[in-house]
Amino acid sequence: MRIIVTAKQVPDTNEVRIDPVKHTLIREGVPSILNPDDANALEEALRIKDENPGCTVTVVSMGPPQALTMLRECIAMGADDAVLLSSRAFGGADTCATSTTIAAGIKKIGDYDIIFAGRQAIDGDTAQVGPQLAMRLGLPVVTYVQKVIEIKEGSVVVERQLEDGHEIVEVAKPCVLTCVKELNTPRYMTIGRILYACDEADIKVWNEKDVALDPADCGLNASPTQVVTSFTPEPKGKGEMLTGSINEMAAKLVSRLTEKHVI
Amino acid sequence: MVLSEKYELIRKLARDFATAEIPSELQDEIDRTGNYPQELLRKFAKYGFYGIKAPKELGGQGADTLAYVITIEEIARVSMVSAIYVSGANSLGSGPLMLAGTKEQIEKYLGPVARGEKYPSFGLTEPGAGSDAGGVVTSAVRDGDYWILNGRKAFITAAPISDFCIIFAKTDPSKGSKGITTFIVDMKAPGVSFGKPEHKMGIIGCPTSDIVLEDVRVHDSDRLGEINKGFINAMKTLDIGRLGVAAQSVGVGQACLDEAIKYAKERKQFGRRIADFQAIQFMIADMATELQAARELVYNGAVMKDRNDAKASMYCSMAKYFASEAANRIAYKALQIHGGYGYIKDYRIERLYRDVRINTIFEGTSQVQQMVISGALLK
Amino acid sequence: MAINVIAEKCKGCGVCLKECPFEALAMENVDGKKIAAVGMACTNCGVCVDKCPFGAIERTGTSMVNVDISLYHGVWVFAEQREGKLMNVAVELLGEGRKLADAIGTELCAILVGSDCDHLVTELFEYGAEKVYYANAPELKNYTTDGYTTAIYRAVLKYKPEIVLYGATHIGRDLAPSIAVKCGTGLTADCTKLDIDPATKQLRQTRPAFGGNLMATILCPHHRPQMSTVRPGVMEKPVRTPGKKGELIMLPQKFKKGEIRQQVLDIIKKVGEIASLTDAEIIVSGGRGVGGPEGFEIIRALADKLGGSVGASRAAVDAGWIDHSFQVGQTGTTVKPKLYIACGISGAIQHLAGMQNSGYIVAINKNENAPIFEVADYGIVGDLFKVIPAIIESLG
Repeated sequence: MRIIVTAKQVPDTNEVRIDPVKHTLIREGVPSILNPDDANALEEALRIKDENPGCTVTVVSMGPPQALTMLRECIAMGADDAVLLSSRAFGGADTCATSTTIAAGIKKIGDYDIIFAGRQAIDGDTAQVGPQLAMRLGLPVVTYVQKVIEIKEGSVVVERQLEDGHEIVEVAKPCVLTCVKELNTPRYMTIGRILYACDEADIKVWNEKDVALDPADCGLNASPTQVVTSFTPEPKGKGEMLTGSINEMAAKLVSRLTEKHVI
Repeated sequence: MVLSEKYELIRKLARDFATAEIPSELQDEIDRTGNYPQELLRKFAKYGFYGIKAPKELGGQGADTLAYVITIEEIARVSMVSAIYVSGANSLGSGPLMLAGTKEQIEKYLGPVARGEKYPSFGLTEPGAGSDAGGVVTSAVRDGDYWILNGRKAFITAAPISDFCIIFAKTDPSKGSKGITTFIVDMKAPGVSFGKPEHKMGIIGCPTSDIVLEDVRVHDSDRLGEINKGFINAMKTLDIGRLGVAAQSVGVGQACLDEAIKYAKERKQFGRRIADFQAIQFMIADMATELQAARELVYNGAVMKDRNDAKASMYCSMAKYFASEAANRIAYKALQIHGGYGYIKDYRIERLYRDVRINTIFEGTSQVQQMVISGALLK
Repeated sequence: MAINVIAEKCKGCGVCLKECPFEALAMENVDGKKIAAVGMACTNCGVCVDKCPFGAIERTGTSMVNVDISLYHGVWVFAEQREGKLMNVAVELLGEGRKLADAIGTELCAILVGSDCDHLVTELFEYGAEKVYYANAPELKNYTTDGYTTAIYRAVLKYKPEIVLYGATHIGRDLAPSIAVKCGTGLTADCTKLDIDPATKQLRQTRPAFGGNLMATILCPHHRPQMSTVRPGVMEKPVRTPGKKGELIMLPQKFKKGEIRQQVLDIIKKVGEIASLTDAEIIVSGGRGVGGPEGFEIIRALADKLGGSVGASRAAVDAGWIDHSFQVGQTGTTVKPKLYIACGISGAIQHLAGMQNSGYIVAINKNENAPIFEVADYGIVGDLFKVIPAIIESLG
């Protein structure tokens, strides 16, 4: 059995702050991390590998060469090998073009049973690449997977998260499953695996030629959507800080809200 | 020192692990009750933190000393007492085995430590032999295939929870430090008992007690290294142990600096953040600079140790001496920046200040380090 | 479209490197001169174009024209229903769709997929749909990606809408990307604002990115339909006009065996308390400051007193203190109540993204420097466990 996991290196958006004066992003010191939902995807693949000796887990990512660090992290968690799709031609891709590139990489890897993807990346929050990837590979998809119940000969049974509950879905294999954080708790790397990942593991780096893509089908050239403006949201003006003892502040608040007919 | 990606990943692992598994509520609870959760110890074992330098064939991680000190630093940054458990297994417990163990001994004892199945302790200090390690009086007398051990070891870290202890005993009372032999003693063997755990100022949660040995029979196969060559073993092990303490000092020092910076930005006096006063700014600058100098000495010591440099002992002592003293100065300033709030237990700096005080004392006081350093220079 | 550095104008000052939100720019040495180079992390956002002091960065156009866009007409709204009940967001989209359709003088249509939901057709007309396209088949009773994608794709192919809007629900966000790939068009996720240029008929789709730290406006100029998923709770519902009629167009569906590869075996509703945040007029939310699951008792007490609902920050949800359905913010629910009371919530940008459009915001926090106070109409610095009982007391 082979499982493919898609992963993205993202800036830790929890660490991003807005400059209070200039209203711009403060990017300095923001670490790059393995996208959290992708860590859940990898953990699920590794869990299945633990239970099925002989199963291999391959991680695929698209990104600049710095993303190799994140792929080493995946191997240090237990993945067998990794591929980075990296080229200037892939730059500026929207989700549509990203899914084309990743699909081409996966086609080159070939044989697989399940593809696990994170539900969404925290820098874009689009949740589109997983289902788009499935469409491009001609595979069925189940998104928002919060539990893998059973892997059968020709299908997988999963729990799909809904806003007010969940549903049990059986999906034909091979398939794409996108994972939410409720699925599992990702394991840590181990020091021994870090040494392996950095000193021994061979991470392949493929460009558009390696995956047989025309540059016209990659990156900006193949992105139907275009960002025309970006801006930081204007913070709302600061209101009134209430003063006095706890009881006085509470009373002031209630009277203000009553005056405004809010309560 | 600019570290390669490998070491940065190791740092990330240790930081992520410690931050997630030892949250501040748990740190407070350990400090308040003195109970260290067994589950946490098992997690350290499960993720291989007890066998950082042990060979992969035995279930260890097969890493080097630099990886070890970075791991200890990051764990100590979150919880010093946790870092002591981790360094204990890696340095004092494993060191003598890796240095002098036979193949059988390494498989029997180091493997289980590396895999987290057994926990070791290190019994050198005695009521009358602290800094003067050569002055041990615990005796080992040959009896056929066995040795009979008698004596008392003092202030032994993690003694009550350990499975075996590396005991240093006199086998030739006429020869001082050249009459000491090392033994691996099962802590459940007849004749072994423990003193009451000490009530300590800091690092609460790691029991420290005496080990009492009364006619304890140890088979000769559990003698570690050659007869009367134990002292050299002890000294070489202490190099690693000292680096561990130095790394803990850097970790706690960093935690103190983190807390001081956070508080200085929050606290307002005279209508301004106290971080806007030069008096505070200069303290922060001093703390950060000393901390970085300490860190460089520790990493340097680790690299020297891995290279088997002839002066490695001296560099390890320098690291331990400077880092532990610097961490105490940093803790002092960090508490000072906190003012009265720093003196109450609601603020983390109160515990950091108590925890780090031991670092200039255990595994060789600062004064012993000065002796080692000057000894190497004036030889 | 691409971002291009004009080598002759670039002075190598590095301003663009600092300003780029995506770390996509780097300095390169070209003939002994340092100039900026655009790397593959570029998302074409254009921040650098505006910030370059020397006008050395430009956008360049490409000639990506795929389809004859003049063939496409009408604004479609995916009328998401579950168990025969129309989702609120579908109604909200009819409100928004009406504005867009009027702005470019086209028709507003709904596309309904399911089995035996004929009763919804009238409802859709009454909320303003002029046409309802209805795919009715037993295989479409429950949502499956394959079944719904096929049904809607067939309709898009035949009737060529210029805009299709979906609710950014767990279903909409599964369905829309699949259809987008099939149609070979673009898709913008989780939009919070839509407007349209009447001249070009281009939909300006605005959405938060970077955890809500950055807003981006996105176009899909050369492909049709223009498709967006829209965050529930953001757009306003239209007024319902009883008796309003429209045209019903049936979309006959036939599925081959095995064509739908997902099979829903069971649907399980969450038992116990479920957050009802999107429609709440008053929300009292707790964050890390509540300290634990039991801390939500006091939050609930205030919510009950005000007749409101309970919400939570991501920190409280991640800590496992409360179910994730209570989460307000970028990755949770977006809310727009009349009154939002944030208790023990520091106000991380990702939380603010989900609540800053509330009518009135009250913040209670121990830390006077907490960012939540920057958006609060009324702020109280203090321990929430003391302040909330005092408020309940004052409410009488």
